[in-house]
Amino acid sequence: MLELNDLDVALRVGGRMRRVLSGLSLSVAAGEAVGLVGESGSGKSMTVRAVTRLLPEGAAVSGRIRFDGRDVAAMDAPALRRYRDRDVGMIFQDPRAHIDPTYRIGSFLTEALRVNRGVGPAAARRQATELLAAVGIDDPERRVRQYPHEVSGGMLQRVMIASVLAAEPRLILADEPTTALDVTIQAEVVAILDRLRRDRGIGMLFITHDLDLALAICDRVAVMYAGSIVEIRSARDLHRSACHPYTVGLLGSRPSIQARVDKLVAIPGRPVSAFEAPPDGCAFTDRCAHAEPDCLHGRPALEPFNDGLVRCRRVADLAVLAESRPESPAAPPSEPAAKSVVEPPAESPAEEGTQP
Amino acid sequence: MTPRYVLLRLGGLVTTLLLSSMLIFSSLYLAPGSPENVIFGNRTPSPAARAAVRHQLHLDRPLPVRYWDWLTGVLHGDFGRSMVTDQSVSSRVGSGLGTTLSLVAVAAVLIAVLGLALGIAAALKPGFVDAAVNLFTSVSVAIPPFVAASILVSIFSIKLGWFPATGLPDGFWGHLRGLVMPAFSLALISCGYLARVTRNALREQLAKEHVQTAVGRGLPRRVVIRRHALRGALPPIITVIGLQIAGLFAATLIVETAFGIPGIGRLTVQSVSQKDFPVVQAVALLLVAAFVVANTVTDLLQAAVDPRLRTAGRTA
Repeated sequence: MLELNDLDVALRVGGRMRRVLSGLSLSVAAGEAVGLVGESGSGKSMTVRAVTRLLPEGAAVSGRIRFDGRDVAAMDAPALRRYRDRDVGMIFQDPRAHIDPTYRIGSFLTEALRVNRGVGPAAARRQATELLAAVGIDDPERRVRQYPHEVSGGMLQRVMIASVLAAEPRLILADEPTTALDVTIQAEVVAILDRLRRDRGIGMLFITHDLDLALAICDRVAVMYAGSIVEIRSARDLHRSACHPYTVGLLGSRPSIQARVDKLVAIPGRPVSAFEAPPDGCAFTDRCAHAEPDCLHGRPALEPFNDGLVRCRRVADLAVLAESRPESPAAPPSEPAAKSVVEPPAESPAEEGTQP
Repeated sequence: MTPRYVLLRLGGLVTTLLLSSMLIFSSLYLAPGSPENVIFGNRTPSPAARAAVRHQLHLDRPLPVRYWDWLTGVLHGDFGRSMVTDQSVSSRVGSGLGTTLSLVAVAAVLIAVLGLALGIAAALKPGFVDAAVNLFTSVSVAIPPFVAASILVSIFSIKLGWFPATGLPDGFWGHLRGLVMPAFSLALISCGYLARVTRNALREQLAKEHVQTAVGRGLPRRVVIRRHALRGALPPIITVIGLQIAGLFAATLIVETAFGIPGIGRLTVQSVSQKDFPVVQAVALLLVAAFVVANTVTDLLQAAVDPRLRTAGRTA
């Protein structure tokens, strides 16, 4: 359904062009949930912005973005509006900033329906209350008359989710939808989003820096580093057999909640953005424990390996290495930790509905 | 908007008016030169004659009592009598009030229409349009009304003969024709100022996240601009329009004198130079009232466009 091919994006920062995505390729099939995971500055948000053509002014884009075979970059204004209205729905990170404070919640929920599709006020209102009930908001009749500043951040994010569902899009682009919320609310909101998306068969591109969260709710997970994808595979496999040293490092740096540790494991060095990465060679070289002199020359391609795609020229060597030493220090086994962090969101929807 | 909010604002309005009326009344009598001297002019009256005049003007009574008498009179529409012409102050003021109000109204429309149009155009069209508007606003805010008046008169009255240089011709259209140039001189500065504020407020709103949400939902550009960007930019725009309109009443003193418009502004200047105390008191109070009412209306409009202001104070 969505296909990104060799996408390069550069933004104008203080008169100079800075590359934020380089050679990014990714696809999302209908009904599929794909997680896009990476540290700050890796280009996750810019990827979704490129998909909806919401990049800042002066951005230079090359490569292809196709939705159902249609070239998104080539759409004229009416086609672009139709695409944004019907095909993709965007959930932003900070609902407080992304919902107009001067309109009532009901008006926000139904605006696109009324303006773009000419739905009458009464029908729109009915739909708004139904959607609020669907995202687990009590007393929707009252909520639609309230203003955004009168409700909590968690509720506002549910309102945002409801507003996206209202348009019945085919693909949801969720840009860190829970990062701005309290930890206890995060799980609830993710669970609601996950359930409603599955029920309706809507595809999703889920942006997060939380690898466990992505593994829990996505079918496939793509790991980003310095503006391009270093590894993609199914959530189940990534969790057990990550191949790229960066993915392995990410998996290893999650603290376990079962064992007390004196020192948190971290990947040495700091994450780099695409424009900071060396022009030649692998962008992860200077933080990689397995780098060789050869890694500094020629950019490795994203190539199939073990039912996934990996961007590392040493991937075959490392697999052998990992096989011979199952207790490799670079990849501490941490399945139990991953599970326990992730489980609460998956169960909360049931409780949600029974709350008074 | 809660009724409580409106009542609070109206209460504030009445209090301000009352306090300013006290200030106006007492400050005039505290100023040097006793009012009865206006009547005697250059002659030196006998003590008996002076006492008689003072008694007739109630000047022999204590200030609070005089204030009370004046205030109750004002509340009944009686502002006293002119010391120069002996006409009732309300009839002197009343005849000019309509003229001044229509002058301010025409100027206000000019400010709102031109200022908003220029500001919106500049915000939406960066580059040439923005630069041109910027140049216009820079020049216009530097031209005081009396300079604008003389420039307009020399071009449109003397060279082109389109509008009268002074006075108001008869009839509705005559009035309107006579008010165009004074209104323009009044509006010029405020217009440039409003254009700037509108441009910056709209630019700021266009960069807001919620505007991006609206664009991302596929809403047409005009809907995004009207419903979200302009709506969000309204608070500063309303503030500026309100303050500028309130300020127009003070500026009428200059412009009405320059164009010979028989309004309150010109009456104020005349009465001050003739030391016609009751008239000065009445027009001063009117000017303050105009200012306070404009401010209150601004506050109420602010609350109407920004729901966050309405509940502020009621909930945390």
